[in-house]
Amino acid sequence: MEETKTLTLKDRIRGFIDSFGVPRLIIAAFLLALFILAPFVGADLPTQISNTINRFCWNGILVLAMVPMVHSGCGLNFGLPLGIISGLLGATLSIELGFTGAISFFAAIVIATPFALILGSVYGWLLNKIKGGEMMIATYVGFSSVSFMCMMWLLLPYHSPNMVWGLSGKGLRTTISLEGYYSQVLSNFLKIQIGNFSIPTGALLFFALMAFGIWAFLHTKTGTAMTAVGSNPAFARAAGINVDKIRMLSVVMSTWLGAVGILAYEQGFGFIQLYMAPFYMALPAVSAILIGGASVNKATITNVIIGTILFQGIVTMTPTVMNNVIHMDMSEVIRIIVSQGMILYALTRKSEGSKG
Amino acid sequence: MSNEHAPLLEIRNIKKAFFGNQVLTDINFKLEEGQVLGFCGENGAGKSTLMKILFGMDVIRETGGYEGDILINGEKVTFNSPFDAIAAGIGMVHQEFSLIPGFTAAENILLNREPQKKSVISEVFGERLNTLDRKEIGVRADNAIDRMGVKIDSRMVINDMPVGHKQFTEIARELSKDQLKLLILDEPTAVLTEKEAEALLDSIRGMASRGIAVIFITHRLHEILSVCDNVVVMRDGFVVKDVPAKDTNIEEITRWMVGRSVNNEAPEQKDQDKSAPQETIMKIEKLWVDMPGETVRNVNLEVKKGEILGIGGLAGQGKLGIPNGVMGLYEAGGKVTFDGKEIPLNSPRKCLDASLAFVSEDRRGVGLLLDESLEWNIAFPAMQIQNKFLKNYLGGLIKWRDEKAIHEVTQKYIDELQIRCTSSRQSAKELSGGNQQKVCLAKAFALEPKFLFVSEPTRGIDVGAKALVLNALKKFNRESGVTVVMISSELEELRQICDRIAIVSGGKIAGILPASSPSEDFGMLMVSSVK
Repeated sequence: MEETKTLTLKDRIRGFIDSFGVPRLIIAAFLLALFILAPFVGADLPTQISNTINRFCWNGILVLAMVPMVHSGCGLNFGLPLGIISGLLGATLSIELGFTGAISFFAAIVIATPFALILGSVYGWLLNKIKGGEMMIATYVGFSSVSFMCMMWLLLPYHSPNMVWGLSGKGLRTTISLEGYYSQVLSNFLKIQIGNFSIPTGALLFFALMAFGIWAFLHTKTGTAMTAVGSNPAFARAAGINVDKIRMLSVVMSTWLGAVGILAYEQGFGFIQLYMAPFYMALPAVSAILIGGASVNKATITNVIIGTILFQGIVTMTPTVMNNVIHMDMSEVIRIIVSQGMILYALTRKSEGSKG
Repeated sequence: MSNEHAPLLEIRNIKKAFFGNQVLTDINFKLEEGQVLGFCGENGAGKSTLMKILFGMDVIRETGGYEGDILINGEKVTFNSPFDAIAAGIGMVHQEFSLIPGFTAAENILLNREPQKKSVISEVFGERLNTLDRKEIGVRADNAIDRMGVKIDSRMVINDMPVGHKQFTEIARELSKDQLKLLILDEPTAVLTEKEAEALLDSIRGMASRGIAVIFITHRLHEILSVCDNVVVMRDGFVVKDVPAKDTNIEEITRWMVGRSVNNEAPEQKDQDKSAPQETIMKIEKLWVDMPGETVRNVNLEVKKGEILGIGGLAGQGKLGIPNGVMGLYEAGGKVTFDGKEIPLNSPRKCLDASLAFVSEDRRGVGLLLDESLEWNIAFPAMQIQNKFLKNYLGGLIKWRDEKAIHEVTQKYIDELQIRCTSSRQSAKELSGGNQQKVCLAKAFALEPKFLFVSEPTRGIDVGAKALVLNALKKFNRESGVTVVMISSELEELRQICDRIAIVSGGKIAGILPASSPSEDFGMLMVSSVK
């Protein structure tokens, strides 16, 4: 009796580790260690936790943008910069058109939407042409669109003095302050402040709204079809589903979420970053969702939440804690190791995912 | 003393079972040097299993080995791998080509047995660095090709060759092995034109006259008669006949192939008398389907309302192409009328909307969402096509998945079809083949179609599950009045449950017979246009 019990316990632990994934376990343990260590090296724990929550809010929707494409079998959206560019167009045009305050945030979303729909459709059309190699093509779509926009930011006829280069009076600056526009509009909504500890209620609610939207979508008829297309396209086709159309829809959704995601990021960060900034936005989002336990063809909202907390937690905690311990800036190195390593790990496990 | 008269190859009481499924029972035959032995039988009669045993393939050992003895020149041998078999002088040419496309014929023929030249480097670093003696390769390859009595350029790259030459190259590779005593040819003429096939038959005769024994497996019976000394006919894992070829004819062989003890296993009497003229529910005219390996060329077929129509025929003749083409899964053309309306081809959705349903022969590839739960698998098509199992909100704007209804319908089919699973949420890949097949049926039943295509419903499942699946189909037909078209390679199974059986041969319907017709008639149709 005793024997079987310990055996099952051992099996259960083993099963837990298998399902949870070794890398995720290590990262979670590492993060926990950082939190425990923080007070001892002189970092203020409430501030650190607040920071983590804040960064979660900034990045959550960008990570959420991965979900539709993973569900439809298009893999991880390495072409996220395309959505980000739509968002940036929305942000800059909103300012150019003279919106201010909270209105400018929602104006930016509205303006970004048509761009996301158009760019997403083109991107989706392209991905339908190259089934099987989506992730590689997506990476290059992201990169090339960023480079293209580098030229465009200079050439497009923007005039708002808050955004263009001071001397020449044309071409957008690399970094545009959102002071007076939508900086912190979500975070300050119903904000809870207890000493050093603060909760950006509005931003959390906004993320929750988006996450609920995706969760609900996946429970509808079309959402079910999307999951089935990702799980077995031949099955979906035999069941009368227009596979290309569903994939296209998922890409458009991912792109739109990318646009909204970058706007939410900017409102927390306080600045619009143009030119090469979108270049590096896809990889952290990809690795966050992978740390959250998603695979190349399965992802849930829980994966998004857990992954973003773990990834952003490490990004926030390592500079303060590690720097205090070893007096050296390790945060960037660790962030890169974690994010690239996680992507590598997930890609090597791709075949195990399904299709046996 | 026995060695003098011992035949080259003797098979004694070979038995083989896969997972308790007896596929070979008491196989006995002998083969002398220079003899050609023709092997024929329906698909699944056990021919290829026997050849696998003879060639020492891994599958056999992995599934528990075999019983009985193989004797070569009177000595008992056991082959643990194909290498042992090759060393003992057995060569085999498989149905699929195993050639390297970018190499020349000569290089392929002598692959890994190339004559080598020593050089300074190889003297120092060992013989792995020997260079190849290309001249000698060419000479030996030409020799092997000459032995077949055909003309092939040994310097030609395989890619550029017509199919027939590839086949000859494979045979030449076996012939170039000096120790070759017995050559097994598995349907070598299936891909050849008539002229090439004739050349191949000639070369078989040539080999035999040089003392090489040949086992020749084919569906083209006239070839057997023209080239073989002896004919072995297999059926259901038994050798039913072993006769000299000159004493028999095609009709007889056909009868042996399909004719189970016809008298005592006559298909059961159908309950209703079906003599009354029935209305046609589906009319297929001039259908062609471009399905790889199962090309349909010109099918005209009428399906009567409420019947079970069987479609049989040998593998590769196009019987699988018919449902796949009608349901829009493969490129097709022609005209299909269902219930008075024409159904557009190449559009799965339109077919499903018209209340047709299809259970694919490719269970794992097309039939199932392996990673998803049984609930999803069973409810998905009905949900997508007929908006079942959905709750509508905001005036139908939001169609929410109704998990409870899905659970209920899944449970219903789990009980009805006795699907063995831990729960309705278990993922489909964890089930056994038979239970997966039941899930596929449940998926189609949940659509409540008027017309059901079922393709190879019993392929690869055990006997118990087979009976259950067939009964479920029959019940579905009788109780719900659904017209069923069942495609199967097993004639006997079709005869059990079908009203009429159409036999497909060469991409066309060779004929339609009532299920109670004698099986020789079906056999004749099966081979009628196989040339």
